[in-house]
Amino acid sequence: MRYLPTLALAALLLAAASPAFAQSTSIQIEKPWARATPAGAKTGAAYMTIENKSGEPDRLTGAASDVAKTLQIHEMKVVDGVMKMREIPGGLPVPAGGSVTLKPGGYHVMLIGLNKALKKGEKIPLTLVFEKAGKVSIEVPVESVGAMHSDMPGMGHMDMK
Amino acid sequence: MHRRYLIVAAMSAFALVAAAGLGLAFFGVNEGPKLKSGVAAIGGPFTLVDDTGKAVTERTLAGKPYAMYFGYTFCPEVCPTTLFDLSRWIKALGPDADKLNYVFVSVDPGRDTVQLMHTYLSSFDKHIHGYTGTPEQIAKIAKEYRVYYKKIPTDDGGYVMDHSAMIYLMGPDDKFVTLIRYQEDDASAVAKLRKLAAMASAS
Repeated sequence: MRYLPTLALAALLLAAASPAFAQSTSIQIEKPWARATPAGAKTGAAYMTIENKSGEPDRLTGAASDVAKTLQIHEMKVVDGVMKMREIPGGLPVPAGGSVTLKPGGYHVMLIGLNKALKKGEKIPLTLVFEKAGKVSIEVPVESVGAMHSDMPGMGHMDMK
Repeated sequence: MHRRYLIVAAMSAFALVAAAGLGLAFFGVNEGPKLKSGVAAIGGPFTLVDDTGKAVTERTLAGKPYAMYFGYTFCPEVCPTTLFDLSRWIKALGPDADKLNYVFVSVDPGRDTVQLMHTYLSSFDKHIHGYTGTPEQIAKIAKEYRVYYKKIPTDDGGYVMDHSAMIYLMGPDDKFVTLIRYQEDDASAVAKLRKLAAMASAS
């Protein structure tokens, strides 16, 4: 009888810890967010910081989600006033023991063929595919259309520039 | 001897003229209003259809200054951000907002139908009108406004568009006034729009 609370606590701890096992041990995703989409829009973008805790370089080669038909890893640039967006050939490298940040004006995961509008406050499922670490599944909160970075608590206020 | 000096002098003179010309072109591009003198004008006649299905031409906009932005609805970042920014700036203008017209012109007529433009713009300030048209009509307006756009095929058989990412501010006389660049800060953008609104009152 006296063991019951201890057992319950152990079960609770296990349950709490299990989502962590869903993530790869070498790759960690920090501050993921996606941009809310205007009505009728067929594309969206997701951003995040990818940390590679392993001693080997890795590469983000693809992504999948229930909310869109195709996902691609893109780089976007404004060169001489012209917006250019390209798929990154071979995927996005994540250096050993380092990190890479996907953010507006740079890299993003592009969601193509959205089957529903992404609404602020929702969360969308996203599975990232890495060359070495394999699949990493995360939930991505949706921020405002005008958001320029994650608006999660404790990360400063949203700067809508 | 004399001839040699003559050549050097001629070359220096040429270099000076060339440099001056380059300088002019440089300032012409960077300082919008100077474009009026010399360099070919931005803007001109067009025929398109707005997001309610009505035919529109340059005369639809005549008499009021306007802000014109070229983009496409398939755009995941720059276009929604710009239209969202513009929506906030329109709100910041208060009553002055009504002194201007605001137009979002599609550079992707293949995908941007009248209906899609209308649906898309329902997410932004109601002052912003959407224009689309046939590929030829879009090519014509892009040429008139010196807008760059290019279809880039993607691996999945689709395509994205490279396109000019700035907002054109045009006077009530349909003459180019200045640009708002992508991610320009709020204070500067609103000041430019306010100045443009003042041109409406003055005319």
